[in-house]
Amino acid sequence: VSGRIVSISGATVRIALTGPRIGDRVAVGLDQLPGEVVRLEGDHAIIQVFEESRGLGRGEPVADGGGPLLARLGPGLLGGVFDGLQRPLVELRRSDGDFLRGGGDRFPLDPERRWLFTPALPAGAPVSPGTRLGSVREGHLEHPLLARWDGTVAEIAGGEVTLQQALVRYADGRVQQLWQPWPVRQARPLRAKCRPQQPLITGQRVLDLLFPLLKGGVAVIPGGFGTGKTVLEQSIAKFADVDVVVYVGCGERGNEMAGLLDEFAALEDPRSNRPLMERTIVVANTSNMPVAARESSIFTAVTMAEYYRDLGLDVLFLADSLSRWAEALREISAALEEMPGEDGYPTYLGSRLAAFIERAGAVETLDGRSGSLSMVLAVSPPGADFAEPVTQACLRVAGAFWMLDTRLAHRRHFPAVNWSQSYSLHAGPAAAKFNELHPGWSTLRERCLELLQREEELREVAEVVGMEGLQDDDRLLMQTAEELRREFLCQNSFTAEACSPPAATLTRLAGLLSAHDHRAARLAAGTLFGDLLQEDGDGQG
Amino acid sequence: MAMARAEYRYRTVAAVRGPLLFLEQVFAARLGEVVTIIAPDGRRIAGEVLKIDRETVVVQVLGETFGLDTATTRVAFSDTLRQAPVGEGCLGRVFDGSFRPRDGLPMFIPERRLPISGIPLNPVARAHPEEFIETGISAIDVLNTLVKGQKLPIFTCAGLPARELTEQLLRQARLPDGGPFVLVFVALGLTHFESQHYTHTLATLAGDYVAFINLADEPVVERLQAPRLGLTVAEDLAFNRGRDVLVIIADMANYCDALREVATAREELPGRRGYPGHMYSDLAALYERAGRLRDRSGSVTMLPIVTMPEDDITHPIADLTGYITEGQIVLSRQLHQLGIFPPIDILPSLSRLMNQGIGAGQTRADHRELAGRLYRTYAKGRELRRLEAVVGRDGLLEEDRHLLDFAGEFERTFIHQGATRRGVMESLDLGARLLTELAALRPC
Repeated sequence: VSGRIVSISGATVRIALTGPRIGDRVAVGLDQLPGEVVRLEGDHAIIQVFEESRGLGRGEPVADGGGPLLARLGPGLLGGVFDGLQRPLVELRRSDGDFLRGGGDRFPLDPERRWLFTPALPAGAPVSPGTRLGSVREGHLEHPLLARWDGTVAEIAGGEVTLQQALVRYADGRVQQLWQPWPVRQARPLRAKCRPQQPLITGQRVLDLLFPLLKGGVAVIPGGFGTGKTVLEQSIAKFADVDVVVYVGCGERGNEMAGLLDEFAALEDPRSNRPLMERTIVVANTSNMPVAARESSIFTAVTMAEYYRDLGLDVLFLADSLSRWAEALREISAALEEMPGEDGYPTYLGSRLAAFIERAGAVETLDGRSGSLSMVLAVSPPGADFAEPVTQACLRVAGAFWMLDTRLAHRRHFPAVNWSQSYSLHAGPAAAKFNELHPGWSTLRERCLELLQREEELREVAEVVGMEGLQDDDRLLMQTAEELRREFLCQNSFTAEACSPPAATLTRLAGLLSAHDHRAARLAAGTLFGDLLQEDGDGQG
Repeated sequence: MAMARAEYRYRTVAAVRGPLLFLEQVFAARLGEVVTIIAPDGRRIAGEVLKIDRETVVVQVLGETFGLDTATTRVAFSDTLRQAPVGEGCLGRVFDGSFRPRDGLPMFIPERRLPISGIPLNPVARAHPEEFIETGISAIDVLNTLVKGQKLPIFTCAGLPARELTEQLLRQARLPDGGPFVLVFVALGLTHFESQHYTHTLATLAGDYVAFINLADEPVVERLQAPRLGLTVAEDLAFNRGRDVLVIIADMANYCDALREVATAREELPGRRGYPGHMYSDLAALYERAGRLRDRSGSVTMLPIVTMPEDDITHPIADLTGYITEGQIVLSRQLHQLGIFPPIDILPSLSRLMNQGIGAGQTRADHRELAGRLYRTYAKGRELRRLEAVVGRDGLLEEDRHLLDFAGEFERTFIHQGATRRGVMESLDLGARLLTELAALRPC
């Protein structure tokens, strides 16, 4: 089927073509730029083009790709760097050079690579979707191949295979390979969603202790520019105790992406002692890459994340930043001349976002394994004003809210997580779990929260009466809170303390609080506040 | 410009609205195609296809629309996209916003032509910027270090000496090997007064430069084009000729206003403060052209000047810029009023790429730690000023009074340096000295 271009406005193209369905992939113009059908009007279809549309001409042909936008899923995705349409960027650089010249489709996986496939079933076995057919080894992970259809296995191969090879022949003649396509805008199937139970250890003291996230949960990190969203996202990507990390650079800086790739290639995953990149998939749509591909990038990425979740793994999806995705949606919506909602965002922003975020969760997979897909999403509110639609839409569905504070960032307090306005809906169950493994966790956590709360109140008093006007025990509390902020809540991402395992977190907190108790006891015994600090100073010196 | 195909001419102008021209019954056109508009008086103006709506084509006029009509104005289509001539011949030259010489000399002979909208760099081809650039300014070198391939805007307010600071940077900035940059200077909507200062400074510099000047009374739409011309030349010098290029764009606020003007004429839905919703992507398409490549020498470093309307850092122009660039240098009216030059407020200033550019081998082993201490100490001093305003100096602890004095001293001797150039070692020593003096005052 083919049609012709009628109108062009930015990345939105109207074509004369009957028959395409909404969501169909099309090849637009002489250069066959990838596009997606977003609206149908009589015998016209409206296309969103995923590439730079400059140079497209009226009357140029458009070919219907015959199906929706797909992700290609199979072993070999780990370690890969892809664009918003899952084109392999390393491969593209080799073939096209340093600049992205656009163009057609690319297979994201290496078709030549050989995998050692071990079948798990004999021929003749009945299978249903999700049944384990066999497995290959991908890095340190066992990567199972799961049945796609109901039926009986007629033939099953073994040994060294490539991706394109027919591995399993079903009795009805269908053939399954090591890879499979999946429409990116459709959530992958599962048996059931479960209640998240295990804490996701981020290695960030302030998050693990005060605002923990459970595996399968969703955390939102809103923050103005310069508050350290990217650094925090990347720290979590490095140190989180998960099997697979999918990181989407959505409309952000190219230089930061380059830094991340360098660092992830050089750093080791502390659990497997392999390069971090081996457990990571990066999807990069930097801010100068085409806008429509930015909109699709998070769907491409989350589909890959779901695929690894379905293998029974704990997967963490990080997006930096979701606001850029929402803005891309707004741009597309404006080009379609849809009626705008708040701040020009389409009125379906909230529902679209909620549907996306619901792809997270702790699940029971089709073959009965448990897996999880957690999300950590950065949001960039304009003017650091959290009353804007994207932050608000995220709040309605997120389990944890890690608010980054411009004032803290200006004091170089990093991570600049505001402890009085952040929250976690998972705090109760997560703290209980931590407490099982590290006795004393819950008690110390409560003391820490109480102390910070009390400091806030005292600060207001001190603003009026001055520090000299406070009681000695209150001054001690202010002193301890200050230490708590400096030594505990702050965490330098560029030194050895970048990752703090829960045991270290607890030890550090216990140390600070017991020093406080010791001083409080001496105050009670009659030591003056000034002498108290003096003695401590001498003791240390 | 090279013609790829026979030139089509139309006499079907239906409307002229702001900088836009609406043309009907056009049967072949490309998005971004270059057109020539022939006015009734024979004047030829360049234009570009902005939108194709069935047989109606919207053309953005890159010049004055004054004197155009619907009856006799003709439009010639070229079937090519806008390109910029590049080559060594452009060095030492001054052009206008449409790449015409404005220095009285004939046009140089181009070696080739490149599309001005630029092609995005493959993120995996980028080399992470990490080579220290000495600007000779303490507040930047020690606390907000600039590295090669970074884009670091200067956020200023009306009436602050951003131009003086920029000129000082132009004179003083040195590459890691001590050599000068090739400068690409883009002036957008500047007054004659400002632009004369800049061009004078450029002419007195030892190194190579290219300038694109669009003055306040020149076509607004050229402001959208001039930075793209400058960056295309910069990319050619950097990535095809291995030069280290420093691009200065003054002032991005005028660029954004031009963008708003065109968007309004197109009847696009206005976003915050009337700026179009796609301003983020548009700005990113400029700023992201800074960088370095793996396995290639040459670099594009960018210092855009952004005047914040109403001194408001949350204004969309500053806000979107800050979200794209790798930090910002923020000038402060308060410091300026105290006579401090450069009046850089280090608290909201930031260089995101600083960490890799400092330390042993680049500057000095203790740089990171020293910068952190200076920053924290000054921040505390500044916070105490608020407290002092409430409880008075006598209400403060002795230690806090020392911190308060430190903040003042730091502003007067470290941030303030006038027109002198300080080497980074000298700046580091100065910072260390201030901290030592403070420590000596502490009671224990």
